[in-house]
Amino acid sequence: MPFMEFVNFYLMPGIVLGSIYALGAVGITLVFGILRFAHLAHGDLATLGAFAALGVVTIFGVSPWVALPVAMVACAFMAIGIDKLFYDYLSERPKIIVVMSSLGIALMLRAVVQVVWGVDTETYTRGIVRPDDYWGIRIRDREIYTIIAMFLIVGVLWAFLQKTKWGKAMRAMSDNPDLALLSGVDNRKITMLTWGIVGVLCAASGFFLGINTELKPLMGWTMLLPMFAAAILGGVGRVEGAVIGGLIVGIAEETSVLFIPGEYKAAMAFAILLLILLVRPTGLLKGKVL
Amino acid sequence: MELIGLLNYAVFMAIFIGIYSLLALGLNIQWGFSGLFNAGIAGFFAVGAYTSALLTTPESSVHLGGYQLPVVVGWIGAMIAAGLIAWPIGKVCLRFRSDYLAIATIGVAEIIRLVVKSEGWMTGGARGVNKVPRPFGDLSYLYSQLAYLALVIGIVLIVYWAIERQISAPWGRMMRGIRDNEDAATAMGKDIKARRLEAFIFGAAVMGLGGALFAHFNRSITPEAIDPMIATFLIWIMLILGGSGNNRGALLGVAVVWIIWSASEFVTDQLPTEYAIKAKYMRVFIIGLLLQIVLRFRPEGILPEPQGTADNPELKTFQKQEGAAK
Repeated sequence: MPFMEFVNFYLMPGIVLGSIYALGAVGITLVFGILRFAHLAHGDLATLGAFAALGVVTIFGVSPWVALPVAMVACAFMAIGIDKLFYDYLSERPKIIVVMSSLGIALMLRAVVQVVWGVDTETYTRGIVRPDDYWGIRIRDREIYTIIAMFLIVGVLWAFLQKTKWGKAMRAMSDNPDLALLSGVDNRKITMLTWGIVGVLCAASGFFLGINTELKPLMGWTMLLPMFAAAILGGVGRVEGAVIGGLIVGIAEETSVLFIPGEYKAAMAFAILLLILLVRPTGLLKGKVL
Repeated sequence: MELIGLLNYAVFMAIFIGIYSLLALGLNIQWGFSGLFNAGIAGFFAVGAYTSALLTTPESSVHLGGYQLPVVVGWIGAMIAAGLIAWPIGKVCLRFRSDYLAIATIGVAEIIRLVVKSEGWMTGGARGVNKVPRPFGDLSYLYSQLAYLALVIGIVLIVYWAIERQISAPWGRMMRGIRDNEDAATAMGKDIKARRLEAFIFGAAVMGLGGALFAHFNRSITPEAIDPMIATFLIWIMLILGGSGNNRGALLGVAVVWIIWSASEFVTDQLPTEYAIKAKYMRVFIIGLLLQIVLRFRPEGILPEPQGTADNPELKTFQKQEGAAK
């Protein structure tokens, strides 16, 4: 197979898909690292974000790119609201109870999407977009924007975590919650802040999945496994790890069709997850193991 | 005539309650007694259903099989197959906190769904496996239903008895000890990984049996027979509402939730079509909300796990025996 064909049909789609996974995986790694539980409603929160953007597009007739920030804010408030309404009351109990609660939230969010928007497949814009040719690399504009947006969003988040007071407090909570509390970090504010950021990231990953493929009520749920695989592969609690993990999982899924039947593309994430748990549970960048 | 129809419906419901009871009992072994989070119940259910169906059906051009083995062999095969699927997953994930198991079991259920859908030569693809023999299937409709109900009740009772026995044995006390305080159990020299793996496989096998009973009751199994997330989630809410860690609670939860679920379906079916579809999803929403409410206000469920108090002499004797052993 010629090299350019590999790049155009397997590597580039893999990087695009990987960027979408990376956005979700960063959120998962934040919840896993700071709040210390596996958030199973993550995918369905992304679905809600994608459909919220669709709602803005259909009601106001604006471009999807204008709808994205609106969806991000909506999703952030949604995540904070879910925490305040449900997870917060379970904080004194074993963490696995919150995992169970989040499984219920996943179903509830999906039901909301199905009731409000129905079960049909939707798109942001109609018509087929042909990829442009850049020195032999064929890529669509929206795919370029996806990759750029991912690096931009994660870059801003990384700078926030490294440089600001709040970011440092979040990292402190992730490293050692008891010490962080002793040093005067406000647990409740950090939790709220985390959920806000997670909501923004969810909306972004759902939106970019929607703009590159289609919007379906199950779109987020099917992303859940790859996103978790990416977060654990990169190392739980490591933002840059989640990006690397997301890209690896995305590229692995897209290139897997060269070796295994296409139906089993979705199995790649699972294989990666089991493999990394088997050989290096801390992930590539030495994250946490809960 | 009306009465017969009602009786038929009641028997039909009772059989389903029996099948779901097996799934809930299986989950109770994993979650209730051992604290293992299985989010892929539908996967183990499907493995059991397909294994038993393929082992017992006559030869067919659309799927693997033609073994025509006795139904009992099919059911045992279903349990073994579900256990075999559980083994590697447990082996990899049980070293970590249950969060990892939850994610991995979601993955397992997804892979099983993919295999069922795409390996047509084995599972018949979308058409599924038909002509699954049903014990007492030759009798007239009502008697056949009643006979199958009796069979299901018998199996549930046997499984219930087996679990109760196992849980009140030293193994069961050790499991609860591991669940409640892993460090203490480790310090006492218990092999936590191995014990958890046993519980995980035991529970999965019971779920596989539930799947087998379902396939033989329906006389067929297709990929659409069960919505993986809804089914898994229903079992969870049954167990949590009924009382995890208490087998009677699990059975009660199954009956309560299944009756609510079916009754609500009955109500939504009366609505005009345009609302009926939306109402279907509202039901899912309400079940999700019910879980949140139970988790927040009554996490121990309707029938909580017995804690070995004065009015529960059974557990007290165990404590005495333990004291004597020391």
